[in-house]
Amino acid sequence: MVTQLVEPTEKLVYQRPDSLAELYTHYCPGCTHGTAHRLVAEVLDELRLQNDTILVASVGCSVFSYKYFDVDAAEAAHGRACAMATGIKRVHPDKIVFTYQGDGDLASIGLAETMHAAIRGENITVIFINNAIYGMTGGQMAPTTLPGQETTSSPFGRDVRLTGNPIHVAELLAAIPGTAYSVRRSMHDARHVLQAKKAIQTAFTVQQQGLGFSIVELLSSCPTNWKMTPNEALSWVRDNMLPVYPLGDYKVPESLQSTKRGKRD
Amino acid sequence: MSKELLKGNIAIAEAAVRAGCEAYFGYPITPQTELLEHMSSRMLELGRVFLQSESEVAAINMVYGAASAGARAMTSSSSPGISLMQEGLSYIVGSEVPAVIVDVVRGGPGLGNIQPSQGDYNQLVKSAGHGDYHPIVLAPANIQEAIDLTVLAFDLADVYRTLVFVVADGTLGQMMEPAELPPMRALRPRPEWALTGKGERPQNIISSIYLSADLLEAFNQKLQAKLALIAQREVRYEAYQLEDAEYVVVAFGTVGRIAKTAVQNLRRQGIAVGLFRPITLWPFPEKQLSELADSGRIKAFLVTEMNAGQMLQDVRLAVGRDVPVHFYGRMGGVVPMPEEIETALAELVNGNGRLPKTILEGKNGHPTR
Amino acid sequence: MATGRIVIDVERCKGCELCLEACPQHVIEMGNFFNGKGYRPAMLVDPRHECTGCALCAVVCPDGCITVYRDVPAPKAQPVLKGVPA
Ligand SMILES: Cc1ncc(C[n+]2csc(CCOP(=O)(O)OP(=O)(O)O)c2C)c(N)n1
Ligand code: SF4
Ligand code: SF4
Ligand code: SF4
Repeated sequence: MVTQLVEPTEKLVYQRPDSLAELYTHYCPGCTHGTAHRLVAEVLDELRLQNDTILVASVGCSVFSYKYFDVDAAEAAHGRACAMATGIKRVHPDKIVFTYQGDGDLASIGLAETMHAAIRGENITVIFINNAIYGMTGGQMAPTTLPGQETTSSPFGRDVRLTGNPIHVAELLAAIPGTAYSVRRSMHDARHVLQAKKAIQTAFTVQQQGLGFSIVELLSSCPTNWKMTPNEALSWVRDNMLPVYPLGDYKVPESLQSTKRGKRD
Repeated sequence: MSKELLKGNIAIAEAAVRAGCEAYFGYPITPQTELLEHMSSRMLELGRVFLQSESEVAAINMVYGAASAGARAMTSSSSPGISLMQEGLSYIVGSEVPAVIVDVVRGGPGLGNIQPSQGDYNQLVKSAGHGDYHPIVLAPANIQEAIDLTVLAFDLADVYRTLVFVVADGTLGQMMEPAELPPMRALRPRPEWALTGKGERPQNIISSIYLSADLLEAFNQKLQAKLALIAQREVRYEAYQLEDAEYVVVAFGTVGRIAKTAVQNLRRQGIAVGLFRPITLWPFPEKQLSELADSGRIKAFLVTEMNAGQMLQDVRLAVGRDVPVHFYGRMGGVVPMPEEIETALAELVNGNGRLPKTILEGKNGHPTR
Repeated sequence: MATGRIVIDVERCKGCELCLEACPQHVIEMGNFFNGKGYRPAMLVDPRHECTGCALCAVVCPDGCITVYRDVPAPKAQPVLKGVPA
């Protein structure tokens, strides 16, 4: 007689989200663009939005995000993602439309389109990757570059007398009445990654509820252009970016504030 | 339907509405603002999309978005605004989405003025954005034609998934004329390539990137094949009194209309002149013009434009070296009178195919050759 | 404490070491071989079964390479007999 002991059962705790395509990404090892992709995809899965979502990718390292997400997607011109997303959302008000933009794309060349989308209260979600640098073009100064930070186009460190101070996008957009949700999060460790995910979820919920423009600014790393290992780069985010870019909720719709508090109390 | 008295800008706007334009985005600029204003009420009345954008840059990218989402989308502007749109135009062609743009041309360069001009010929026909392509460019000469070509623009944009311009100028935009509007069409269904949320089908992507040289070359070859097909099938022009003409004036848009009057007046004097009026500036009626030149009957061509001779170069390419091609142009927003064109033509006839120095160097005419 | 295990998609891994740093149990190591893309992939090295299935590694992995399972203790530790007489 043969008896077989069935293994103690196990449950699946985490797996790659369906909203991510199977494709292997071109991102450098340890680049948090990948993390941000994963978080957005997890949220789309959890809110069951994959089939009803349209992504507008931007120009920057994330230029191919349109094929990394398994959703309908467009690739906008540099800086124009919010304008393109406006065109799409106005035609499909019942679909979820989000842009995925870097800091050169959103805060430099595309600032006007971003601001005006917020001013119109365009009911779209913006995932904003702040890595303090132009990644794709090889590490030039961005509007988000820290004071004194050396880049390939500020070799002596960013001189704020000549180039101004870093732009605070989450705070700036929070001041606009059309903005419903504007927060800054970081992805430098697991705890913060989870907080970032929560914010992304809230941002999409804001859009689902038709409350207006939502943006999640994500402090992100660029190990390649910062010339660091991926783990050093995350420490650099913590030690150097966090003091300049305080994490926080700069604007949260009242309806969502109360539910959040209600849960916590 | 019957004819009604219509103003150019409004007629174009209403024609677009009736052709099933579902989304309009634009930024005010004279002399096309009435078009935008008409859309601002009509589109909302019909529950369609109207949005005054923050700039022409935003407008064209909104059009790009709406077109990608499967709507018949358009914008309208005037010369400096079109210049601002160039990058977006290129993306639209590069990702093969249909879009219609109306350019009511004004005088340049720079801020120039708001008077009628044809100074955008090169900007539209030759350099509407970076890369190897031409948009289809339709040039009406009267309001009925502006209406018909606006409707055609949407159809051509859909058939070829490309960019179509309707080019007018302030004269046509402001002019009132009896014309008949088309019946209201239903909005067309969304094409299967459009971004609508993927649902149960595989994802749709609208993009103009081809990172590898091979793939981009392959795309360009496909694009060129499409352009060749358009060039073969979509040439449009008006041939007026050309059967026995010995002298031919070549002019488009408003100037074509003025030149027609000149031709009629000279015909009454028994002079064998005719008018060749390109309606599609791209594809340019090159073959037709070339055949005309090769007929052996034509003693000279006179190109007239409200610019320094932009279409002139295309005419010369088509005509070749055997028949002289002369030019008479006005710039800066000055509209030529029929008499000016008549004088130039008459001089050409008297000079047996040559223009006398007085015209060539006259303060009005812009000399060439 | 709960126990678990992770499965790393070795071919997808870029060897960035973020998971290694994030793992509180120190049961992830970098492999001493190269995958098809030329990276040294991360590996679970857990002879004492210390992985808790906390998923922190997966949370930080930029490339979504990690699948996490947590053990579910068999109810009342009763071995389930299955099988047929030979
Ligand atoms: C009109 C235009 N100008 C410049 C560029 C070149 N360009 C490509 S990406 C980029 C910067 C991207 O930086 P960022 O938005 O910060 O994204 P990252 O690469 O850091 O993710 C620039 C300047 C372009 N593609 N188009
Ligand atoms: S260059 Fe920087 S931002 Fe771009 S993929 Fe590499 S690490 Fe990421
Ligand atoms: S699940 Fe937790 S304990 Fe297990 S390998 Fe991952 S981080 Fe370490
Ligand atoms: S975090 Fe992901 S990609 Fe990086 S080493 Fe670990 S498994 Fe590999």
